[in-house]
Formats: sequence, C-alpha cells, structure tokens
Amino acid sequence: MWRYLLPLGLFIGLVALLAVGLGLNPREVPSPFIGKPAPQFTLPRLHRPEATVSPADFRGQVWLLNVWASWCASCRVEHPVFNALARRQEVILVGLNYKDQRNDALQWLAELGDPYTVTAMDADGKVGIDWGVYGVPETFVIDKRGIIRLKHTGPVTREVLRDEILPLVRELKKEPA
Amino acid sequence: MIPELGHFALILALGLTLVQATVPLLGSLFRRPAWMAVARPAAFGQLLFMLLAFAALTWSFVINDFSVLYVASNSNSALPLIYRISAVWGAHEGSLLLWGTMLSLWTGAVLIFSRSLTAEMLARVVAVMGMVSIGFLLFMLLTSNPFERLLPAPPDGRDLNPLLQDPGLAIHPPMLYMGYVGLAVPFAFAVAAMIGGRLDAAWARWSRPWTSIAWMFLTLGIALGSWWAYYELGWGGWWFWDPVENASFLPWLVATALMHSLAVTEKRNVFKAWTVLLAIFAFSLSLLGTFLVRSGVLTSVHAFATDPARGVFILIFLAIVVGSSLALYAWRAPRIRSSGRFALVSRESALLLNNVLLLVVTISILLGTLYPLIIDALGLGKISVGPPYFNSVFVPLTAPLAALLGFGALARWKQDRFGRLFRLLRWPLAAAFVLGLGWAALMAPFKVGAAFGLVLALWVIAASLYALWLRVAGKAAPLAALFRVPRGFWGMTLGHLGVGVFIVGITLTSLYSTEKDVRLAPGQSHTMDGYTFTFEGVTHTEGPNYSADQGLVVITRDGRPIATLHPQKRIYHVQRMPMTEAGIDAGLKRDLFVALGEPLGQDGSWSLRLYVKPYVRWIWLGALIMAFGGLLAATDRRYRMARRAEAKLPAGAAAGVA
Repeated sequence: MWRYLLPLGLFIGLVALLAVGLGLNPREVPSPFIGKPAPQFTLPRLHRPEATVSPADFRGQVWLLNVWASWCASCRVEHPVFNALARRQEVILVGLNYKDQRNDALQWLAELGDPYTVTAMDADGKVGIDWGVYGVPETFVIDKRGIIRLKHTGPVTREVLRDEILPLVRELKKEPA
Repeated sequence: MIPELGHFALILALGLTLVQATVPLLGSLFRRPAWMAVARPAAFGQLLFMLLAFAALTWSFVINDFSVLYVASNSNSALPLIYRISAVWGAHEGSLLLWGTMLSLWTGAVLIFSRSLTAEMLARVVAVMGMVSIGFLLFMLLTSNPFERLLPAPPDGRDLNPLLQDPGLAIHPPMLYMGYVGLAVPFAFAVAAMIGGRLDAAWARWSRPWTSIAWMFLTLGIALGSWWAYYELGWGGWWFWDPVENASFLPWLVATALMHSLAVTEKRNVFKAWTVLLAIFAFSLSLLGTFLVRSGVLTSVHAFATDPARGVFILIFLAIVVGSSLALYAWRAPRIRSSGRFALVSRESALLLNNVLLLVVTISILLGTLYPLIIDALGLGKISVGPPYFNSVFVPLTAPLAALLGFGALARWKQDRFGRLFRLLRWPLAAAFVLGLGWAALMAPFKVGAAFGLVLALWVIAASLYALWLRVAGKAAPLAALFRVPRGFWGMTLGHLGVGVFIVGITLTSLYSTEKDVRLAPGQSHTMDGYTFTFEGVTHTEGPNYSADQGLVVITRDGRPIATLHPQKRIYHVQRMPMTEAGIDAGLKRDLFVALGEPLGQDGSWSLRLYVKPYVRWIWLGALIMAFGGLLAATDRRYRMARRAEAKLPAGAAAGVA
C-alpha cells in the first residue's frame, strides 16, 4: 500500500518546493558593485550634448541612477513611478540613457514625461559595462561619498520604491558627507 | 464588439465545461444513461464557443484592432498578415487560448473516433478532459484575459517579438501544444479507467493510438523548435538544455516510455499500474512545463511575460490535477492485478528496461532543470546548471537504450534465450561494426567517439531493417508482402530508424563541426575545411517592418562555386531589436552557415562567424522519420477493425474484451 502512495508523496514535496520558488527571484543576482565606489564617467547630456555630466557632480548628495532606453518595454512600466517620485523632489534622479538614439530618447521623454534631473547619453553602452549593467532597466542608489549602496534590476514598482529605495535614501541622507 | 463576443464565448465555454465535467461523470456513477449522454453536446458546445473565441482574437489581429491590449502589445500595422495571425499565440494570453482550443479539439476528436467506447468510459473520459478545460478557462478568465481592452487605443501596436517573426516559429507552438494537450487524452483514459476500477487490455488499446498521435505532434514541435533555434539564433547550436526546452523534452521522454509500456499492457496484460502511472506523469510534466515557463521561477531565454499571480494559479491547478490523480492511483493501484508471467530474457524485460532507462533520463534532466530552484529555495546560493551536466548524464544513459533497442524489437514475448537472439542478430551486428567503423575511418581525423556513435546508429538501423526483412522473408512475393506488413509494425520500424538517423546526426555534428570568427574586408576570404568563404561586402535593404544590413558571401571549393549566401543583421523598427538571419546552405552531408557580426572600421570590414556543420540535417531528418512512424502506428488498421468489431457488441460487453 505505501509504495503506491510514494508518487503522491514525492509530488507534494515538489509542489512545496515550487511554492517556495515562486517567492524567489532568479534574476536577482548579488551585484559585486555594492559597497564599491561608483565607476566614474563623463558623458554628454541628453538635452544639451555640448555639456557633460559625471558622478563627481553629485558628490555630497544621495542620488539615484536609473538606466533606461527608449527600446526597453519594462522602462515604460516603471516610468510613471519615477514621474511620481520627481514631483516629490525628495531625491536626485539621474538617467543613464543606454545604447539609444538621441532622437528616440528625446521623443520618449516628451511623450511620457521627464522625471530626470539630468540624463547622460551612453550611446555605445561602454559606461553600462563599467557599471555591470546586464539588463535594462536597472536602478542604483549612490550615497554622499559616491559609494553604490543598492542595485535594483528590472522595473521599479511603487512597492520597491516605498519599501526599499526611499527608506534607504532617507537613511543615507542622515550620514555625514 | 468582436472582442467582447470573444470574451463572452469564453465565459459560455466555461459554463458548458462545468456541465461537461460533472453531469456525465455523475451519470456514470449512478448509471443514468441520459446524464452520460450529456457528454457529447456539452463537449461539442464547448468546442464551438472556443473556436468562436479563437476566431474573435484572430479577427482582432487581422483588422489591427489596437484597442485590444493583447493585440496592441503583440502586433503592428506593418506586420505581415501571416505573422499577425501567428501573433495570436505569440505571447502568454493567446497561447493559453490556443491551449484551451486544442484541448476542446482533442475532446471532440475522442468523441468522434471513439464510438466503440462503452458509454460509461466515454462519459468519464470526456468529464476528465472537461475538468482540465475548466482549469485553463478559469486561468484565462481570471488572470490572463486575451480580450482585455486598452482605451484609448494607441495609434499603433508594439509589434510582435522579432524572434517570433519567422515561419518556423509560427508553426512550432501549435505543434508543441498539440503534443502537450494531446497527452491529456491518455491521461483522461487512465483516470477514467481508474474511476471505473477496470484497467484491462481494452483500456490500453484505446489509449495507444492517442498516445502515438500526441507523441508525433510533440516530436514535430520539439524538432521545429530546435531547427528554429539553429538558424535564427545564429549560434550554430541546435539544443541548449534551456529550462523551456527541457520542459518540452521531459513529457516527450515519458510519452515514449508510455507508448512502449502500453504495448506490453495491451499484448501481455502486465505493467498495468506502471502504465497508468506513466500516463499520469506524461501529462503532469506537460503541466509542470507550463508552470516553469510562465511563472518565472527559472531564468530562461524564452522570456514569457511572467507574473506571480499566474504562477500561483498554475501551481494550485497543477496540485489539484496531479495530486488528485495520484491520490486516485494510490487508492486504486493496490487492487490492480497483472496476470501475465514473463522470464528474465523476454520482450517484456527488454521493454521494462527501456522504461527504466527513459525514466532515469527524465529524472536526471528534471533534477538538473530544478536544481537551481532547489538550491535557491534552501538558501544555499544562486547557481545555474548547464550543458556539461546534461550531456554527461544524457549520453551514458541513452547509449545503452539504443543498444538494447535492436534486441528488444526481435525478442520474443514471455521467454527468449540470449543464444537465440545473438544468433538471429549476428548479421546486423556484424554489418553495424563493419559499416560503422568503415564510415568512421572515412571521417578525417578518426575519432573513437565517432566510431562508437556510428556503430551504435548503424546497429539500430540494421536491426530494425532486419526485423522488417524477417517479416517478409520466405514469402512468395517479398516486395508485395512489404505492403501487407501492418502499419503498427511500420510505425515501430520507422520510429527506430529515426533514432538511428538522429544518432548519426548528433555524433557527427558534435564531433566534426568547425567554427571560426573572422574579420573580413570586402574581397577578402577565409578557407575552412576545404570551403573558401569570400566576403563581398554589405548592402542596406529594407523589409516590411525592419531595416537590414545584408552581407554577400560566396563559397567555393577547389575553385568551383558551391553557394551564395545572404546573411542579414536586422533592426526591427518598433522594438529596436537587432536580429541575425544566418545565411545557410543546407545539404544532406553538411551545412555551411554564415552569421553576420558587427561592422569593424571604415574600410567596410565586418566580423563574420563561419560554420561547417557535417550531417546536422540528420538530426531533424531523424525526428521527422520518428514522427511519421508515430502517425503510421496511430492509424493501424487494427484500431479501426477493433472499433467496428466492438461496435457490434452490446455496450458493456466491449469493455470486457481482453
């Protein structure tokens, strides 16, 4: 009798495993960049290509770097979240426009709204490589001393912003520069 | 309006399915013929409404109705009509609709082709298939409605994923789903037989053609997917052991075991409990595959839009369907008695060994696929399991299976002797060694692995042909006798020949393929394996919804022209996604394959990836031969004869025919 129950028993174990698996995110890979100084770059600005932007410009402040592109569908999903964040003016949001055409990027912002304090143009994706970007969108939190403190892969949802990013930002703002 | 009608049709289909899943089953339990008779109209009604819903979604794609969210997300006005139609199953919601529609089609087919079934059995089979339909319809209506509106409608759609804009991939999902869903039929037969408590030879005979035909679709679907990956992804590979590929391969392995086990159950009345379990496993693995693909628990190159709510739904559905059928099994199986006896050396033993090996392969692959999830769930870290693991378990387990195949097909039922089998098969065995080693010696350089693979492949081929020869040898007109060999036997022979051809393909492709990344300026050439690839530069060309850089590569051998290839690198306008279209010159003995890389420098030079892949076509040729064997086996005259013979018997008596 018991041997006939064996398949059912094994199956229940499998279902339990899969149920646990549902709560995990296989794409969440620990980033080796956390706790390290943010990689330097000097890139042209999207709106004024004759001017440049660099992480050094934000020394002494807590800021977010959001990697996006006009060809990225998930970026469209997270965009309203950033628009809402920009209205609150709580934190500096820097865009890194990744492997994109300038015109497409400008049109995208014109259509969906521009929450970014400033956007850097990484047309050939070289800076993305330095920052370990492997999927767009990605969002980094950088502290006052220029250290990367958090990396979020995939679209930022309201919940991620409320429960992970903003609490950390508030914490970091209290740290000395 | 049309999308709302489609949505409404889905709801009506669900209503009819609720009737289909309950009333006939209750009728079979309380012996009410009128209730059982509800199975037919309810199932056909469900089929009608599913077809209406499917037609409504297709129509929305054809007329570019971007007010439907699913159409707006997966189509575009510049998309050619053929891909607007295949876009119906291009993403999650629509492919579920295809799943559901096919399930109703299979139910309809069972009603049409199984008139010989007893009323009780038919009512139970249709009810079980209805229960599965309920799950899929609820899944669609609650979490994945393909008819959801998007208002205001965008001016144009976001286009179909460029990877899917390809004739191979337009037909790959329907074939694969026909196979997945088709396995619901033997599953329903097994569950229905367990409910009735009567697992006899008749049950096995009813299940066999359905299993063979579902297996045929699954074989074709997997082969098409592999062929597509080969020419579309531009990596020159044909199988990647990706979780989604494994998800389709696992049910195939178990369905193969089931086909063989059903043969034993029908002919010899043994392995009954085991066969029922395989029928449950085969369909469970189809459902598990669906869960793995759509819930996002594993990372895969096949990124379906994943959503935790959907994952939870499928997991609950999986738990109910598989859990209840395994519980039914635990309750009923102890009472199943197998009546046949057989000796250690016999066809039964050979087929049992076949089943054990296939199941061990299945478990090894399942373990490799789920291992990253297990490790993650236990909090031990993030890992990925790749081709080295799968290849190193797959080859040593399947090689004995192929070696066994030649003996199994000729072994006698009940009892046989090793001595007789070896004497009988000494000529095919000798032929396999001579021809296999000779063939391997002709390949330069000689490789032990190639010799091993070729001897094995030729052994399978020679033994299968020899078994066919024994069927007609000694007859007055052997050639005419060949046509009188039953289709079932032809099916087995072709299935096994396909395995041999497939082994030749994978052996020679994996051992003798050459590839090279080169940088070529226009006019420059590179010679590899005797073929000279000359790069003539790149021109710009426009497709309906993409722009492309098209290379021109002329291939010569000893100065003679062999082929002119046009590999492309496309950028699809809407999704801004670069795609490689490899240039391939296909041949029975080798493929020449050129993929365009990146432009390098100002002089017009490009990086190119060149491949010479010997015998790669044999992989898919083998699969096609196997699939054709499945078709022949399913249409054997016996099944049609049996139907007529049983139709004459009063209902109830037919079930007792052993």
